[in-house]
Amino acid sequence: MALQSLDIKARSATTTPSPQARGAIPVAKLIDISKCIGCKACQVACMEWNDLRDEIGTTTGIYDNPRDLSDQSWTVMRFSEVEVQPGRLEWLIRKDGCMHCADPGCLKACPAPGAIVQYSNGIVDFHEENCIGCGYCLTGCPFNIPRFSRKDRKAYKCTLCSDRVAVGLEPACVKTCPTGAIVFGSKEDMTLHAAGRIADLKERGFDQAALYDPQGVSGTHVMYVLQHGDQPELYANLPRDPHISPLVGLWKGIAKPLMSFGIGLAVFAGFFHFVTAGPKEVEEEEERS
Amino acid sequence: MTNHWVDIKNADLVLIMGGNAAEAHPVGFKWVTEAKANRKARLIVVDPRFTRSAAVADYYAPIRAGTDIAFLGGVINYLLSRDKIHLDYVKAYTDFPFLVKDEFTFEDGLYSGYDAANRKYDRSTWGYQLGEDGFVKTAPSLQDPRCVYQLMKAHYARYTPEMVSRICGTPQEAFLKVCGMIAETSAPDRTMTVMYALGWTQHSYGSQMIRTAAMVQLLLGNIGVVGGGVNALRGHSNIQGLTDLGLMSDLLPGYMTMPRETELDYAGYVGKRTLKPLRPGQMSYWQNYPKFFVSTMKAWYGDAATADNDWAYDWLPKLDKVHDLLQMFEDMNNGQVNGYLCQGFNPLASAPCKVKVSGALAKLKYLVVIDALATETSEFWQNHGEFNDVDPAKIQTEVFRLPSTCFAEEDGSLVNSGRWMQWHWKAADPPGEAKTDQEILAGIFLKIRALYQKEGGAFPDPILNLTWKHKQPATPLPEELAREYSGRALKDVTDSKDPAKVLVKAGEQLNGFAELRDDGSTACGCWIFSGAWSEKGNLMARRDNSDPYGIGQTLNWAFSWPANRRILYNRASSDPAGKPWDASRKLIAWDAGAGKWAGADVPDIKADSPPEEGINPFIMNPEGVARFFAVDKMADGPFPEHYEPLESPLAANPLHPKNPLARANPAARVFKSDWPTFGKADKFPYVCTTYRLTEHFHFWTKHVRLDAITQPEQFVEIGEALAKEKGIRSGDHVRVRSNRGHIVAVAVVTRRLMTLKVEGKPVHTVGVPIHWGFKGIAKNGYLTNTLTPFVGDANTQTPEFKAFLVDVEKV
Repeated sequence: MALQSLDIKARSATTTPSPQARGAIPVAKLIDISKCIGCKACQVACMEWNDLRDEIGTTTGIYDNPRDLSDQSWTVMRFSEVEVQPGRLEWLIRKDGCMHCADPGCLKACPAPGAIVQYSNGIVDFHEENCIGCGYCLTGCPFNIPRFSRKDRKAYKCTLCSDRVAVGLEPACVKTCPTGAIVFGSKEDMTLHAAGRIADLKERGFDQAALYDPQGVSGTHVMYVLQHGDQPELYANLPRDPHISPLVGLWKGIAKPLMSFGIGLAVFAGFFHFVTAGPKEVEEEEERS
Repeated sequence: MTNHWVDIKNADLVLIMGGNAAEAHPVGFKWVTEAKANRKARLIVVDPRFTRSAAVADYYAPIRAGTDIAFLGGVINYLLSRDKIHLDYVKAYTDFPFLVKDEFTFEDGLYSGYDAANRKYDRSTWGYQLGEDGFVKTAPSLQDPRCVYQLMKAHYARYTPEMVSRICGTPQEAFLKVCGMIAETSAPDRTMTVMYALGWTQHSYGSQMIRTAAMVQLLLGNIGVVGGGVNALRGHSNIQGLTDLGLMSDLLPGYMTMPRETELDYAGYVGKRTLKPLRPGQMSYWQNYPKFFVSTMKAWYGDAATADNDWAYDWLPKLDKVHDLLQMFEDMNNGQVNGYLCQGFNPLASAPCKVKVSGALAKLKYLVVIDALATETSEFWQNHGEFNDVDPAKIQTEVFRLPSTCFAEEDGSLVNSGRWMQWHWKAADPPGEAKTDQEILAGIFLKIRALYQKEGGAFPDPILNLTWKHKQPATPLPEELAREYSGRALKDVTDSKDPAKVLVKAGEQLNGFAELRDDGSTACGCWIFSGAWSEKGNLMARRDNSDPYGIGQTLNWAFSWPANRRILYNRASSDPAGKPWDASRKLIAWDAGAGKWAGADVPDIKADSPPEEGINPFIMNPEGVARFFAVDKMADGPFPEHYEPLESPLAANPLHPKNPLARANPAARVFKSDWPTFGKADKFPYVCTTYRLTEHFHFWTKHVRLDAITQPEQFVEIGEALAKEKGIRSGDHVRVRSNRGHIVAVAVVTRRLMTLKVEGKPVHTVGVPIHWGFKGIAKNGYLTNTLTPFVGDANTQTPEFKAFLVDVEKV
């Protein structure tokens, strides 16, 4: 999604300094699970705004549909039936999708220059035209979000509607949410709003209600209000303490220089071949066809 | 709704029962989240299933499908026995002190006057004791054993928490917890709103379930107040408008009633409906019936309706019986119907007992389907494998499919659940040959009229004299129709107190139904809609959402019938002296200085009548007060009583174990030939209930790709205990069978369907969402009404889709 008017703060596999002249307010989407009724309007709005159409699938014995994230479903609802207090059933419904980490593992892992960017407002975006389909972003993501397209072998995920946000609109899912379970604004305002929601939940007996803004990835620009903040795994295995995979560090520390060396070697070999064998000449026959 | 969607935000307690607002009304449900977030309101959900609404509730109580009267009757008993009622309200504004006829009895589950052979009641004993002055006798001390309060207290004393739990399967502590929360709203400054939908209507005693809820709300003083009310959430965007306009076989527009075949003279017809006050000084607004009726006839027949011909009364059909949906298909099945015009309706999918409906359609000569989609009904004759296994060669019905527009392809008004008439504008042109419903009906009408003109016929008058003053006769415009139902003056309309004062000049649009006259000088297609399109223009198109009082009373947004009033019975929000019960939520109050009622709403009372005159808030009742005792208005009893669903896991009604006549509703709509189609618990041991999913809208959205993506394939829900017993795992295919047929679908095994203990035995519930069929782009499936019984409510004839019996097996 290269069309944008937001300043880029970080860019995968690039050393060019980022612009810094303009100020941008860090944004956040707050998903209040205690207000979510699982209507899937956000899924539909996401597909409509982003021109996506997933397959008409099957029912596999749960309400989740489509069953998982895909290149056509950048957000899905995950339904969990839990009993935290014995005898008190709860149906926790979590809207899953990219968390837009302040320290994005996908971007760190990505070897393709400019395929993953982080805007100065915090949104992490994939620029698929630069994606080489290596899949390292999948390894880098602590939330298991990016998905490959079988059509073009490129990775896709939620853009936080960076195209809408860039022109002052809220993301499509926020716009459509009927109960106000998804709200959008500055990260500061959203944190404040969450505090009010948490106070309300505590007053209703959810003593452990908390904001999910995990510090292992330096916080996220998509946050949750959880009734059971002490047990995020209740919510379809939301990670308790997400970190970027050590493999990404390994790649950064050893593999990446080695790989760069390898790429350099290939370029050098090609140049050597050109110098010694001359340019490749196209056969006349081939050119005519 | 007595109140409206936005007003829900003002509630302290929200009871969702007989509905699943989060699932079926997700947009309106936002007002519940507003009440919770901004008023610290609590949400209670009582439902056979732990629903999407329950997912965000503060408290959930399970209940066996079809036992809501037992539950709510138990609430009434709790409130009365603990004096947790709003006594001042109830004493002043209800029939508590009214005396009931001595002949009225209730014995062993039956009210006086039962006729077992015809399954109906002679209701002549269900009435008040009248004095010589014609007014109801009262006992203000409330001590007389024949007063409504004492009769009601005795009636519901049987609904103990223990009995409620035995019938409903709700654990006693859960029931008492709910009672405690509800009882808190008996305080004048606390209100509860009740939100219900088809979970109450679709039972053989659905009307009585709703009545019981209304009784609870009256006891608590929660009717006519901000954040209160009994609120029906409508299942279609304009189903409220459908009933308002009288599209039922026994109704005329604005809840006037069709004449019966015994009512051949106009004076008798109109006299019976012009209700005189039953208490001194009351408004008894139906006294104006002749004005409403004559104005409707003038709208329909114009100059042809005159005082001399009783306003064309003879041209109205005179009903032999109610021709509701079930009666239509019964008659069709008996070969008594030749043709059927099916407009915006998919009965093969929506009516009970598919095998009967399909067989009935096959007996027609012709079927005309007017719809925006290729419905299952329009292809009932086609073989669709296991989903519609019929032999087309044996079906001779000729089917015409007339493609119509959908809501987004036409202008017009829609009436929402809160009675707001909202104008909407066309967003896109219809595809292909599709025409609006008005154009299609105009085409049929003009053709029929031409035939009558040419050939005469047995009774041409009602057709030939019908007004048809449309600028384009083949294309009546929504604006023209709206002006017609809102009404206009045919002659100058003058003030009844001052004949020299002209209120509306001839030819002008009326300001409201107060200007209607019974002398033929006004025409109005639907009196309750009057004023929606006045000389000020189309008030339904207004979009000013300013809210001066901060309680969501946006009087300049659209038009709310009646008279742009947003909360019905709002006089009851103030005490008898005209002072609000709750000053922080003032709705209307008596302004002595100005000499009128004023506030945040259009007063539902004579605007200049001071409280001392004693006009009570329930102006449509000749008593002026609300009725706990329904007199003769309900077909199945003046007090709601718990009966079992027609198909129930219990062999007897726990309240009347020895009376088989009182097992199920003794007055429910059942046709003789259908008795053999009902199943018993020995072969069909599980309670089944059908319902909607938020991802879909009825049988339409399976034609829509995005909806099909979010919920692609038919499934049924089964509790963990039953699944274990039957060896069923989530994702397996299962067959659900009733005595009328079967469906096969994917199993969703869930903790959300709990096994309940009823009369000491475990009762399992099977949940069946309705949305699939053999047309559309979602995965094809079975029509769920293959399973449902051909049984209707005693009053509305609505089918019993919410509680019947099935068996389940793994395929």
